[in-house]
Amino acid sequence: MTDATATSSAPVTASTPARSAFADIWKQFRAHKGGVAGLVVFTFIVLAVYVGPYIHRVAPNQINIRDKNQWPSLAHPFGTDNLGKDMLAQVLAGGRISLAVGITAMLLALFLGTLVGVLSGYFRRLDGPLMRLTDLFLALPLLPLLLVILLLFRDTLRSAFGPETGIFILIVVVIGITSWMHTARIVRGDVLAVKSQEFVLAAKSSGMREYRIVLRHILPNVLSSIMVSATLGIASAIITESSLSFLGLGFPSDFPTWGRLLFDGANFLQLTPSRVLWPGLAISMTVLSVNYIGDAIRDALDPRAVKR
Amino acid sequence: MFTFTLRRLFFAIPTLLVISFVIFALLDLAPNDPTGDLPLTIPPEVREQIRASLGLDQPFFFRYLAWLHQFFINEPLNILESLTGWQFGDGERMRVLSWATRSPVVDLIVQRLPQTLWVVGLAYLFGILIAIPIGVISAYKQYSVFDQVGTFISMVGYSVPTFFTGVLLVVIFSSYLQWFPSVYDTNLRVTDFSSFVAQVKQMVLPVAVLSLYNASQIARFVRASMLDNLHQDYVRTARAKGVKEKAVLLVHVLRNSLIPVVTVIALGVPTIFSGAIITEQIFRVNGLGQLLITAVQGADIPLVQTLTFIFAVLIVLFNLIADVLYGILDPRIRYD
Repeated sequence: MTDATATSSAPVTASTPARSAFADIWKQFRAHKGGVAGLVVFTFIVLAVYVGPYIHRVAPNQINIRDKNQWPSLAHPFGTDNLGKDMLAQVLAGGRISLAVGITAMLLALFLGTLVGVLSGYFRRLDGPLMRLTDLFLALPLLPLLLVILLLFRDTLRSAFGPETGIFILIVVVIGITSWMHTARIVRGDVLAVKSQEFVLAAKSSGMREYRIVLRHILPNVLSSIMVSATLGIASAIITESSLSFLGLGFPSDFPTWGRLLFDGANFLQLTPSRVLWPGLAISMTVLSVNYIGDAIRDALDPRAVKR
Repeated sequence: MFTFTLRRLFFAIPTLLVISFVIFALLDLAPNDPTGDLPLTIPPEVREQIRASLGLDQPFFFRYLAWLHQFFINEPLNILESLTGWQFGDGERMRVLSWATRSPVVDLIVQRLPQTLWVVGLAYLFGILIAIPIGVISAYKQYSVFDQVGTFISMVGYSVPTFFTGVLLVVIFSSYLQWFPSVYDTNLRVTDFSSFVAQVKQMVLPVAVLSLYNASQIARFVRASMLDNLHQDYVRTARAKGVKEKAVLLVHVLRNSLIPVVTVIALGVPTIFSGAIITEQIFRVNGLGQLLITAVQGADIPLVQTLTFIFAVLIVLFNLIADVLYGILDPRIRYD
């Protein structure tokens, strides 16, 4: 039975390859030059950060005091820091953490935002309280609060989970729970629009359970706005993490992220300006490419923006 | 409109109370000991006395109410007294005291406020002044070279974090070219022309960094809003009537496009105070952001609580102002 449907549906999709929703979006996306460039740059950064260490085989934390404060050379393409650590290896290692923080924090924020948005859009009784909660979170001064939370809970979490995992969990959780509000608002609006359509009524009258309606009918229809939030969420999470590290309250020096490398390098500006340049450039390129990808996805999904 | 404003003001009070409670509770119930940084040789009973002198021996709710009383009643009365010279009661009121300096928190904030306002406020103003013409021209000449370059630069300015642009400008203009100082000297008094030049010079870099960031954000809004309006029917009507192109653009379209932009600008004002923390840190401007950082690093809980709460008040206040402005500027909006 399943085989029969699979074989019968295959020729249909093959005969009209360009008409599927995904192919349409991809076509729209490719028309956006900035988005394509962003995708290329972002893919390059991800590849460099994860594959790079297998090509450039220098340990990021290896101290070599004789080679300290060097300008870029063949052995150290990005130069070395004041302890003789290789900057290229550090930037690559820092990128892994920065990207991991950005993506995990974005996923957490996305989960919370979608949950709140769907609940308040679908269930009328929860709408008021949940939206007031969202307003409340939007009124909190986030950066000061993030700093304070980091300062106060850092030691506790470090002793509970170890110095690296502890600070990672803390930063991801803290960024996640302070950046879900915009997603929640957008998702709520979309859910309200989808909810009043006939197919939801049909599902209801056929006796479908509420949670199945939400999962099978509502969520797939609000997925597009969630995707735009996701891309923009990565960018803002990376920026927030680097700002916290730049203020000296994020990751420690022996477990550096791009923001932390910039912070440490800022004291050696006159001696080795390249120490600041590379991590800063890495952050900027990542955020810029992700923002362009987000713009392109938004344009591709926006029916009004088609073919101007 | 008036009832709407009153209603919003009325709703702002519980919001602010909840926020103040969240901030207070978060800082107070956190697992950290304010006497933890003191030497271990201090005997336990002295340590208890220190805690008592900080007011920590009292229960949580009592301290919260005391803080509320000090912040909402005593401090405003003090400000009123110093402004008008009137005397309320005996003038002996409990004030919110910083743990680190033992001086009233409000006095510290008043000391730091001018630097922040000058540097960050000026940057916001410049940002707006740069952004509006750029946004207008980009939208009017959509897909032209100017638009392409302008959109790209605003995307870059919006994506590149201020801590990188700041450091980059320091490398280029302070370290390499040596045109501007990299550190903001607050002790500089403007008395004659040369000190005025020095003051301008030291403000150039921080203002430039923040202006670029603000301008690129606002320019994106101006452009999008102009594009929304340029294709409306009333624009065609105006052109058909024979209104000059300049008047169509600058009177009809610009005025309508600026309505959402004004609210966005109003919503961004609180970031003048809190968002410039990083820039103040790079250029060593000892403004409010720097005060907050030192307070956070020194675990000066009352100072952090009060500053964070003031930022929250500003956010709520400017949200309200943005809503009211929107209603005043756009007669199509009816709140009741």
